[in-house]
Amino acid sequence: MKARVVLRSILVTTRKDIRIYYRKAPVWIFGLLLPVFLFLAFFIGRELNMKEYFPGFLAMSLFFTASSVGPLIIPWEKQAGTFERMLSYPVSLSTIVIGDILAGAIFGTVISLIVVIIGAAFLAIEVTSATVLFLFFAAGNLCFAALGTLLSASSGRVPSNTMMLSSLVRFPLIFISGVFVPLGNMHGAGAYLAYGSPLTYLVDGFNSSLGVDSFVSASIGILVLVLYSLLFFGLTIILLRRNLMKGL
Amino acid sequence: MEDGGVIQIGGIEAAGLVKHFGDIAAVDDVSFSVGEAEFFGLLGPNGAGKTTTIRLLTGILRPDAGSIKIDGIDLLAEPFDAKMRIGAVPEVGNIYADLSAMENLDLVGRYYGLSKDERRLRSKTLLETLSLWDRRNDFVRKYSKGMKQRVSVACALIHEPPVLFLDEPTEGLDVQSRRIIIDLVKQMNRKGSSVILTTHNIEEASRLCERVCIINHGKIIAISTPEQLRMAYEKNLAVEVSFNGKIDRRLLEECAPGKIEEWGDKFRLLTDDPDKTIQKIMEIRREHDLKIVSIQTVGPSLEDVFVKLTEETK
Repeated sequence: MKARVVLRSILVTTRKDIRIYYRKAPVWIFGLLLPVFLFLAFFIGRELNMKEYFPGFLAMSLFFTASSVGPLIIPWEKQAGTFERMLSYPVSLSTIVIGDILAGAIFGTVISLIVVIIGAAFLAIEVTSATVLFLFFAAGNLCFAALGTLLSASSGRVPSNTMMLSSLVRFPLIFISGVFVPLGNMHGAGAYLAYGSPLTYLVDGFNSSLGVDSFVSASIGILVLVLYSLLFFGLTIILLRRNLMKGL
Repeated sequence: MEDGGVIQIGGIEAAGLVKHFGDIAAVDDVSFSVGEAEFFGLLGPNGAGKTTTIRLLTGILRPDAGSIKIDGIDLLAEPFDAKMRIGAVPEVGNIYADLSAMENLDLVGRYYGLSKDERRLRSKTLLETLSLWDRRNDFVRKYSKGMKQRVSVACALIHEPPVLFLDEPTEGLDVQSRRIIIDLVKQMNRKGSSVILTTHNIEEASRLCERVCIINHGKIIAISTPEQLRMAYEKNLAVEVSFNGKIDRRLLEECAPGKIEEWGDKFRLLTDDPDKTIQKIMEIRREHDLKIVSIQTVGPSLEDVFVKLTEETK
């Protein structure tokens, strides 16, 4: 019975998040507009090989969308008083967090798929390994949705504080993760920093599945993303427990 | 174990609950039990530890020490099973403003594993009882405070829990909403649900609760029936008198050196010798040619007992 209740609490939380937070028009518009603006900033006016840079662009879109709303859910719920109420339901902090992560991952998947479809239609992107692409999609979305919930766990009930923290953490990551400078061109401290970023492994994984040179094997890349997901999940639970009273 | 040695099967059993926030003991060795279908009140001044106690009993917070059984199930060992038996209206427990009343109830029903038909049927029954059926599809953000609180109570009742926690459920509500909520909670209690109510409205607690627990500084300072608590303080009597016109309260000071309270057009003279106080009032009436409209001896109210107990433990 317990397994059924646990699974139910996760899925109902995911459904609730999608229904209340992810189905809003501004979230979708922002989710689609951000990749478009990033694309424009990335490609327009530069003599870049679309095919070569598309994996980085796709990884960046996935990264931003999967981690976009997650940081705000718990602060919003604490502010509205619904978080305290939810804790009295047959749920645990872990099932709430897993539900939040799944919702973020689903949102990231849908938006990124749209990007892939558009890329395949207009940029003649070629998928060399659909399985590897799928596995990186799944691992990447879980990892960055987990990062989103981790960002939500450290603050109380003020969404603007979380947004500031979120921007502070997320934006620098794209500059050190092989999105703008290919991993092979990085040296010294830059390379070390790049290998410390989970986004690097997603970019590299997309490279390998979309016919561009990659530097890390796909299995290691996926393993790193899974380990980062577990790390972000564990830290989220620790921080949420510690900050539980903050904002209740 | 029930106070007095009766074994509890349903209801709630809390034993030795302790919860610290830093160096402050918000709940300090609190033990009590609530029987099946009992209406139990938790009273105390602000910051006494009532809300923290409710948060511990509903599994929102984990105690530093102690044990909790809900309907015979250990909340700390089997939180999912125990929480299935709880319905809670937290102090700041709100509902989703971007959902309608029906959607809020549907969501909560899903958490408790109710089928689609159960969710629909129970939502309809609850919203009709709470006079919200006509507004069932409106977003909750368009509701008044009283309507929101009615939906909040409905969310706590959708799974027909055997144990119901209500933390200040009628605070700041209009008379109509208060009555509707209280009637529904009483109905659930009659059907067999145990109810724990925390409130500042002592009159309401006195009217509804079979037993009340008074808590201050995180400790229980009294636990009994409202009547027994009043009787324990029976020596704290008062004489209530009203005159046909406004009089200076200083005139009455020699009648009750203890304390005089003005209650609307009445004076309430606290005394341990009502006979002597009445005689003095009569003397003043004669001397100043006053006319008495009403006079009566009254025992302590639950509020008097509450004030006395909480002042004693300051």
